[in-house]
Amino acid sequence: MAQSAQTVPHGGHEHHESHGLSYYLFPLDHKIIGMQYLFTGMFMALIGGFFAYAFRMQLAFPGMSVPFFGVVSAGEYNSLVTNHGSIMIFWVAMPVLIAAFGNFLIPLMIGCDDMVFPKVNRLSYQIFLLSVIVLITSFFVPGGGFGGAWTAYPPLSANAQYSLTPLGSTLWLTAVALEFVAFLLGGINFVTTVMNSRAPGMKLYDIPIVVWMIVIASILFTASVGPLIAGAVMLFMDQVVGTQFYDPAAGGDPVLWQHLFWFFGHPEVYVVLLPAMGITADVMVTFARKKLFAYRTVLYTAVGTGVLSFTVWAHHQFIAGIDPRMANVFTITTLLISIPIAEMCFVYIATLYGGSITFKTPMLWALAFVAEFLIGGVTGIFLGASGADIYFHDTYFVLAHFHYTFFPIAIIAVYAGLTYWFPKMFGRMMNDTLGKIHFWGTIIPFNMIFLPLFLLGAWGQHRRIYSYQNFPELAGDTMQNLRILATLSLVTMLLFQLVFLYNFFRSMFKGEKAGKNPWRATTLEWTTESPPGHGNWKEMPTVYRGPYEYGTPGRDQDFWPQNEPS
Amino acid sequence: MTAHAKPLATTRSVAGMPTPRLAIWWVISSEIVIFGGLLTAYILYRLAHDAYSADSAHTNQYIGGFNTLVLLTSSLSAVLAHKAAEHGDGKQAAKLLLLTCLGGLVFLAVKSVEWSIEISHGYTLTASPFWSFYYTAAGIHASHVVAGVIIMAIVARDAARGRELHRVEIIGLYWHFVDVVWIFLFPLLYIAK
Repeated sequence: MAQSAQTVPHGGHEHHESHGLSYYLFPLDHKIIGMQYLFTGMFMALIGGFFAYAFRMQLAFPGMSVPFFGVVSAGEYNSLVTNHGSIMIFWVAMPVLIAAFGNFLIPLMIGCDDMVFPKVNRLSYQIFLLSVIVLITSFFVPGGGFGGAWTAYPPLSANAQYSLTPLGSTLWLTAVALEFVAFLLGGINFVTTVMNSRAPGMKLYDIPIVVWMIVIASILFTASVGPLIAGAVMLFMDQVVGTQFYDPAAGGDPVLWQHLFWFFGHPEVYVVLLPAMGITADVMVTFARKKLFAYRTVLYTAVGTGVLSFTVWAHHQFIAGIDPRMANVFTITTLLISIPIAEMCFVYIATLYGGSITFKTPMLWALAFVAEFLIGGVTGIFLGASGADIYFHDTYFVLAHFHYTFFPIAIIAVYAGLTYWFPKMFGRMMNDTLGKIHFWGTIIPFNMIFLPLFLLGAWGQHRRIYSYQNFPELAGDTMQNLRILATLSLVTMLLFQLVFLYNFFRSMFKGEKAGKNPWRATTLEWTTESPPGHGNWKEMPTVYRGPYEYGTPGRDQDFWPQNEPS
Repeated sequence: MTAHAKPLATTRSVAGMPTPRLAIWWVISSEIVIFGGLLTAYILYRLAHDAYSADSAHTNQYIGGFNTLVLLTSSLSAVLAHKAAEHGDGKQAAKLLLLTCLGGLVFLAVKSVEWSIEISHGYTLTASPFWSFYYTAAGIHASHVVAGVIIMAIVARDAARGRELHRVEIIGLYWHFVDVVWIFLFPLLYIAK
């Protein structure tokens, strides 16, 4: 850390070719930094998954001693739920979808050798790692990890006498703030790199969709996170110094935090959704052997979605006491934003139409993304309409809807991307049969976890309840059986992830050699060695055409790489 | 790729603007939303509560005005430093940048005296929501001044040796941004009573 702080202001003079320990500990190479983000994100996903296991076991079998955890106390339950949400969004979805794929793919897909600020990039990961350490530390301090839900509404988050986690709250907030700094640095790097360092000949409409999506997401993040940073400073001061920004008794207002949080929080949905849509697009064209339908429309739609995403945030506050007239406005904007996303799904389906489809593992994940995300999108309409939301608010319906959007984003699309770019990352192929076993072992239990939760939510089951035994109308056998079904499905799904981990690490060393372009794809990353060496290409590529030229008439091959002269 | 060479990525300029300048604009835009969120919250609170006006009557607009003058003037030498750097005169650029640093330091010194006086009168951080905003907003701004002074001193040191002259412009852009934030803070915290 000290090393980077010292060297950042001096520019990139010392670029060592040696692959010593410091190359991996303090790397400047975008690919290694991408891998650091990937493995850190995967590690955090294991923690987040384990937390989900622990609190779901408590819900299915209240008071039981959970294997590998023990009896979940009420305070621990709050902490587990809070940190499951925080980890999966801030320490899994963000680092893997944006930072890992962004770092690995951007220079490779736009044809240059690194990011424009390699040292800022390294600093970004180091700050991120620090945020991980702070967060994990917070689980072990007196009082335990923060338990005021991942949205950290005051007064639960601001007052220790309500949250009962004085130290945990502050460490959680510090970790989130550090994570934001890391992604601001990374995002600025991504945007500047794509703007300034594309290969000769690569015009704006020649950039692969996944790169565009990561760039748009980075801009959205940069533009939306500021108010929350200011809000986090205010919350920090409420916690530590004793100011009363969020305390109505002293002229503050807890709803201010909700505005600042969701002004970031809703664009954040699209910050992670857009890269996921981008990965899906790239995987689909390759396995449908067909040009992306309406490339420019997808691009304009993504930009439009981004702009619109700044106008929907208060749909999280329909019952927080906001003016009903304002609720109408936000209902309209929220329903509007489903249009561009639905359009993108149609465009993807149109891409498949008439294609020559092969169902390799990455393609299965990409198709599942669209199918599952559609369920998430459609159930969002219920919640976006303020009338229906008054009933559904804070029930498991919201929770199930949320997971039908975020699970496809953070898990399904990530698996699509990982299985697709694995050969480029490690130079070897993953086992397709194991991949398919893992696919079905994840998708089927996933639906069996969350479909019952829609039902439970519609029956009035509230979120963030430690045990339903104290609510006679919710403690009946039918509802408890659905809870048990969801929990057992979760355990099944988590166990199937072992298949992935086995396949992933085994293929890394023993998989079949991949060669440069195993999927016969067109974008630039497939024109170099797998894995690419330092500097990415021996001779830097020049771009002659758009990213998805498949099935051009009159050519021997059905794909036409971007760097091949006409 | 040879050792001791900058990555090719750092030398390209497809968008037609040098990468460092492009990046500082992105940094500034991300900062704008940070202050934007804070000041919007302040304005909305202030419109909703009359107590803010009574509290803000106790701020000293003469001290604030003097600091405004100092900070805006310090930007002049930053502009002149940029001009000198463009002519390749690193020594002159360094001198002018250090002058800007001095402006920043005077600003901070005056601010600490001002705060000491206010705190001694009982207007502390937790005295009322107005004072909480006052210290938070001016404090975040002051931390930007501190960062700017430190980075500017480093840039000046390099410039004096004729190195990395393009950074004179970049730190200047950042410094102007810090000025502009103050131009919003001054009327909001001092003038509007």
